[in-house]
Amino acid sequence: MNVIDLAKTPLREVNSRLQKLPKDTNERLWKLVNVHGEHACAVGLNQPIEVQIEGHIGYYCGGMNQEATIVVNGQCGVGLAENIMSGEVRVKGNASAAAGATGQGGLIVIEGDAGTRCGISMKGVDIVVGGSVGAMSAFMAQAGSLVVCGDAGANLGDSLYEARIYVQGKVESLGADCVEKKMTPHHVAKLEKLLQRAGINADAKNFKRYGSARKLYNFHVDNVDAY
Amino acid sequence: MSSTPFYTPPRWSATFDPHSVAEIHRAAQTGIYDIRGAGAKRRVPHFDDLLFLGASISRYPLEGYREKCGTDVVLGTRFAKKPIQLKIPVTIAGMSFGALSGNAKEALGHGATQMGTSTTTGDGGMTPEERISSKTLVYQLLPSRYGMNPDDLRKADAIEVVVGQGAKPGGGGMLLGQKITERVAKMRTLPVGIDQRSACRHPDWTGPDDLTIKIQELREITDWEKPIYIKVGATRPYFDTALAVKSGADVVVLDGMQGGTAATQDVFIEHVGLPILAAIRPAVQALQDLDMHRKVQLIVSGGIRNGADVAKALALGADAVAIGTAALIALGDNDPHWEEDYKKLGTTAGCYDDWHEGRDPAGITTQDPELAKRLDPVKAGKRLANFLAVLTMETQIIARACGKSHVHNLEPDDLVALTVEAAAMAGVPLAGTNWIPGKSGM
Repeated sequence: MNVIDLAKTPLREVNSRLQKLPKDTNERLWKLVNVHGEHACAVGLNQPIEVQIEGHIGYYCGGMNQEATIVVNGQCGVGLAENIMSGEVRVKGNASAAAGATGQGGLIVIEGDAGTRCGISMKGVDIVVGGSVGAMSAFMAQAGSLVVCGDAGANLGDSLYEARIYVQGKVESLGADCVEKKMTPHHVAKLEKLLQRAGINADAKNFKRYGSARKLYNFHVDNVDAY
Repeated sequence: MSSTPFYTPPRWSATFDPHSVAEIHRAAQTGIYDIRGAGAKRRVPHFDDLLFLGASISRYPLEGYREKCGTDVVLGTRFAKKPIQLKIPVTIAGMSFGALSGNAKEALGHGATQMGTSTTTGDGGMTPEERISSKTLVYQLLPSRYGMNPDDLRKADAIEVVVGQGAKPGGGGMLLGQKITERVAKMRTLPVGIDQRSACRHPDWTGPDDLTIKIQELREITDWEKPIYIKVGATRPYFDTALAVKSGADVVVLDGMQGGTAATQDVFIEHVGLPILAAIRPAVQALQDLDMHRKVQLIVSGGIRNGADVAKALALGADAVAIGTAALIALGDNDPHWEEDYKKLGTTAGCYDDWHEGRDPAGITTQDPELAKRLDPVKAGKRLANFLAVLTMETQIIARACGKSHVHNLEPDDLVALTVEAAAMAGVPLAGTNWIPGKSGM
């Protein structure tokens, strides 16, 4: 394992080094220590390497990740793994607002709680939250799945497109055009698979499913009260 | 006394003018506001309200067609490892594939590349055609993040974080379902045929402190190579420019209310935001106050039509201008050649502004393959190159007349205003006086 001490190595050098690893690199396991809440840490990674981050980390950790597996042994700031394309980002603690924003693919696992706007505008990523999520989560979410093992804050799934939401606990309120949908055996099976992939121990049968009513897909003046 | 009865001709109200009356009728019949493109159509203070003084006994001109007048621009000198080098001070503004046809995007690339300037993507991501046809391509990071990915980010020559645009500062957008073909839908990860909302706020940052970190992330992903622009609609230009600089921008793009390729509600276009004339001087003042003028470059847009507009924008302190509507017109938009088709749409060449509906007779603002075929990207690109060449030559003509060996040497002292309003906004004297409203002198 390669260990990089961010107290001694500038972040710019760390990111550049990880981004420029050759495709056939043997250096597949990395540990970052003394990260001290650095922003934009381990962003733009594009190889199937594993990066362990020891300690709390700042904004946009794992942003636009491709193929890499990033594990944060701490808490995360705003915009965790924003626009992730593929690979996996796992947080052992909590994540702040806008976790997984606009994520296009891959998997994000937040073992603790996530703040507001978790999964905002997500476009294909799967997000599994072991705890609860804040208000306006999955706002304008387009594709992918948001799984919440705890509770969801107000206006869940507001202006939702085709993303799927599963919540085990209470939902404070649903946003515009978001409705509860039937949890069929097909959905239970898909959720079981996703929970297993995320390594989260929960019974898929206990979850409720939410999705778009698709009433606001095309603007119509009769719907103005919904906005 | 004549017995002929008096005839009082019909008199339109200045308040309830023909347009207002027609709009009330239209609104009453349809129950919905009007949506259109083409920017503010009412008259607002603009570059026409300024004049260059030219040379005189106290100023020495340069010889036209003989003496050199430079037009090159370097953008992104503050932080980027690879600043952008342009041959002319006119760039092409961001317009999306989706709003525009693939052929139109390609044509913009051809025209800009021939003249040594840049094009810009738009909401919906980067298409291979525009990357190939554009030697210098600016990649927009918009609130919707449609099609955003790190590979395209690295392929770009610069990155433009779009906070707002002149046609609708504070507003998002809507690409109507009829323009959402399979390809457009796939690029945006949404179903075919639904209206695609472009968000008005970024999903992962909310203010200048966050934006600073967002820009840091973009730089880290692209190895600090690319210039980062921040584009704002003209609303509070002094503070927005200062905050953009504080956030770490290499370039500030300021778009006035005449900026028009984005379709939105007519009431929004006509009543929100500032004309570009009113926005340039406060933005330049902010740069000067921060000792960043010419270090952070300023691009202005919104209603640029000719070389005089370019020269005036530069004289007020901009480093370059961007064109959108004028570029589409140069490609062939609103060409009288398609008059019969314009008539069928209830309009006439020169007035067509329903660019969002996808029925553009010129094949530019459409995804209809039959209409799109009408635009030959190579020929249209040549027309754009011609137009850009004329803009540049006209700018040089004026600069030489003012004795400048580079267009960036134009300055406010070269200008006067024809109206009190323009004098106040541009911070130049009213013609024939030394009076700048709000400042000393009479």
